[in-house]
Amino acid sequence: MSAAETAHAGTAAWDWVTGVAQWGVDNWSRPGEPDRGIRPRLVQHMRLAYVSIGIGLALALPLGLACARWTRLYPPVLTGVNVLYAVPSIALFFLMLPYTGFSEWTAIVPLSLYTLVILLPNVVDGLRQVPDHVRQAAVAMGFGPLRRLVAVEMPVAVPVIIAGLRVASVATISMVSVASLVGLGGLGQLILTDGFRRQFDAPIVVGILLTVALALVTDAVLVLAQRRLTPWARRDRSRRARAAAPVGER
Amino acid sequence: MITFEGASKHYPDGTVAVDGLDLTVETGATTVFVGPSGSGKTTSLRMINRMVEPTGGTVRIDGRDVRDQDPAVLRRSIGYVIQQAGLFPHRTVLDNIATVPLLLGWRRAKARARAAELMELVGLQPAQARRYPHQLSGGQQQRVGVARALAADPPVLLMDEPFSAVDPVVRTTLQDELLRLQQELHKTIVFVTHDIDEAVRLGDRIAVFRPGGVLAQYDAPERLLAEPVDAFVESFIGYDRGVRRLSFFPARELSPRQDTVFDDQTRAEDAYDIAAGHGSPWVLVVSAEHMPLGWVGTEQLARVPAGVPLGDLDLAPYGHTFNVGTDSLRAALDAAVLSPAGLAVGVDDDGRVVGVVSQDDLGTAIWSVTE
Repeated sequence: MSAAETAHAGTAAWDWVTGVAQWGVDNWSRPGEPDRGIRPRLVQHMRLAYVSIGIGLALALPLGLACARWTRLYPPVLTGVNVLYAVPSIALFFLMLPYTGFSEWTAIVPLSLYTLVILLPNVVDGLRQVPDHVRQAAVAMGFGPLRRLVAVEMPVAVPVIIAGLRVASVATISMVSVASLVGLGGLGQLILTDGFRRQFDAPIVVGILLTVALALVTDAVLVLAQRRLTPWARRDRSRRARAAAPVGER
Repeated sequence: MITFEGASKHYPDGTVAVDGLDLTVETGATTVFVGPSGSGKTTSLRMINRMVEPTGGTVRIDGRDVRDQDPAVLRRSIGYVIQQAGLFPHRTVLDNIATVPLLLGWRRAKARARAAELMELVGLQPAQARRYPHQLSGGQQQRVGVARALAADPPVLLMDEPFSAVDPVVRTTLQDELLRLQQELHKTIVFVTHDIDEAVRLGDRIAVFRPGGVLAQYDAPERLLAEPVDAFVESFIGYDRGVRRLSFFPARELSPRQDTVFDDQTRAEDAYDIAAGHGSPWVLVVSAEHMPLGWVGTEQLARVPAGVPLGDLDLAPYGHTFNVGTDSLRAALDAAVLSPAGLAVGVDDDGRVVGVVSQDDLGTAIWSVTE
């Protein structure tokens, strides 16, 4: 490639980047069509994802508690959740249409159910990894069953539950886009309607970038939340340093 | 007083954990349940706070059947220390210790003040109050476990193999601390272990359990070591029970000899004359302050030129010493066996040499006290 050709390719690439950016700025909101700007789609994407994750967690906690308490319940429940996850999301969205129409519930109900495949095992494992001596100590101190669950077992399970929540959040944020096939889907609409159908790559690129950014920001928020909620579980270098040189005698 | 009256635990599959246990645990004393695994010692312990419900018989605390009380309420009045400490990982050291007072409905400030008091009692530093359990060593965690069990000042303390997961050095320290605490607090302690040495060290009374959950012998430690009731107890106690029994006899019984102890300014030939005079193969050299310096053989003294003081000679290390006032015959015997001269060096509380004891003298003393 000659220097002129390289320079030309460079200019073309730069033009493409500025073009995409310009499209993003121009279409952030469209005063004429309030539903079709980038901003309302981002907001819808967040709403669909967060409500689904919230409902999923609200279902996974009691279900997980029940499965940890009555262990025989766990295998059939887990199989059920796995089978549900095996149903393609598009199919589930279309199956919902007769019941929920084009309301956002058409996306939220399947997405909530999908999060269970990650959240439920994490809730159960989180409760199961509470060391037996800790549980026994709680019994011996005089905790009743409910109090023990709320004050000891659940808090000790929090790091494992949040780890599941992080995976479920990223997966859900990515899957919301598929709901654009039934006219929902937040940023997915940019990709499908504005980009793919019109053979126009700026909306596709903007849609992907914003989806990735949303996933990263959500994950970061969860990491921070975990640090705040479980200062006791921080396994950092200072911990090893302390272990090597404990205060006072051993 | 805790009484077991025909207490049994039979599981539906036919396993017998405890079989007709009759036993009285004295108030204010330490009673140790000891036995191999599967002998029902932990099961019996847990009948006291209803973590195990007997299938037959009753368990009473001060005459009251434990089944008359709600289990959670009962347990708050009984301290419990578990193996591996069982600390709550999500709570700070201070809040772990305050657990039972908080369950009893104390105000948080009062519970924490009490917890701080207990940290001092069990030898933890105030700086550790806001640490989390994983930031502590095993020995420190176990101290927190003991403090937590004592927080609401329960009259009864149950300890389920509390020191078995820490290394031997730390274990000995924790045992010493428990003995010190008990002298101060006079709790009714029931302590479970599979280690007979620990049982002998800590127990005022020892209950030996045999496999199948049957009580084999219940006695004071001296009597247990002196008169095991049967072959099982004898083999469980171990082959060196005779030596261990010596720890119950004070070294005061001995009369240490001073005629082979010389200060380091003594001339070699003078020491030789005296030592050879009573046929002693070794002499002990001490400083002007009577601190031990080392041993020198009488044979070696014969070869030293006249006029050399003992302090200038190469001395063999004096090894272990024993405290004549506070140690037992076992410590004296140990010192004699480990000494290069075969003689035990007896010292006073300041470490000054009182005299030396030969293995013959020890043998005579042992024979007379254990007779």
